[in-house]
Amino acid sequence: MLAEVIFYLLAALTLGSAMIVAFSRNIIYSAFALLGTFMGVVGVYLLLAADFVAMVQLLIYVGGILVLTIFAVMLTAGIADVTVSNRAVGGVPAIITIGIVGLVMVFAVYRTPWHQASEVTVDPTTYGIGNAFLSEYVLPFEVASLVLLASLIGALVISRREAKD
Amino acid sequence: MGGVTLNHFLVLGLLLFLLGSYCVLTRRNAIGILMGVELILNSANINYVAFAYFGGGRYDGQVFAIFVIMLAAAEAVIGLAVVLGIYQNFKTIDVGAAETLRG
Repeated sequence: MLAEVIFYLLAALTLGSAMIVAFSRNIIYSAFALLGTFMGVVGVYLLLAADFVAMVQLLIYVGGILVLTIFAVMLTAGIADVTVSNRAVGGVPAIITIGIVGLVMVFAVYRTPWHQASEVTVDPTTYGIGNAFLSEYVLPFEVASLVLLASLIGALVISRREAKD
Repeated sequence: MGGVTLNHFLVLGLLLFLLGSYCVLTRRNAIGILMGVELILNSANINYVAFAYFGGGRYDGQVFAIFVIMLAAAEAVIGLAVVLGIYQNFKTIDVGAAETLRG
């Protein structure tokens, strides 16, 4: 019962903020509503006993990506003008497309007999995730560090200004 | 976990995915499109973690959620750098205005 109440509160926070992100006419409101969505997803992870993933989400999404997005919004001028900042086109075809996709996905979710464990075990996940990273997933882990290095250098190369000489 | 089943989380992820798709499809602001992509990645992560929880104690889903978060960070960095580069060249971030490849 308590879990249900918490789930519906978190779902309302997540989806309400996501609706502001998707439908708001002002890009600033969209950027700040993203905070509500990310915090709601953190709550969902905690409800699912994924403590480490929740903390990673908090650090990287809220602490990094959100701040970066707000910076980018602030750095591009003309944001006060709604027609410039958040023009939305093609609403009706988009809604039709999304309706069809959504119906197919709801059908898939409810018709598929998902494999579920009969008993759910809950214990701290950090130990298991650390072991998985350094044994079973060591190759993706190393490739991930390469991807991060490449994106670091790439962002520097893209955003630098040409030297005037 | 009481009356909360796997389908609850799948439908939550589904609705988040649809809102993100709407954002990506209708926005003409490049930063708005990137926000929609973040919503979609979050919905995928909810599914990963929900399957990891209800599938019985293995960590594979959570490990992949962490990889997705890492890739989202790289995507945000590169995407926003590209958007700011477009803004410096075209003085707008409307994706319709930046359709030429000449730079």
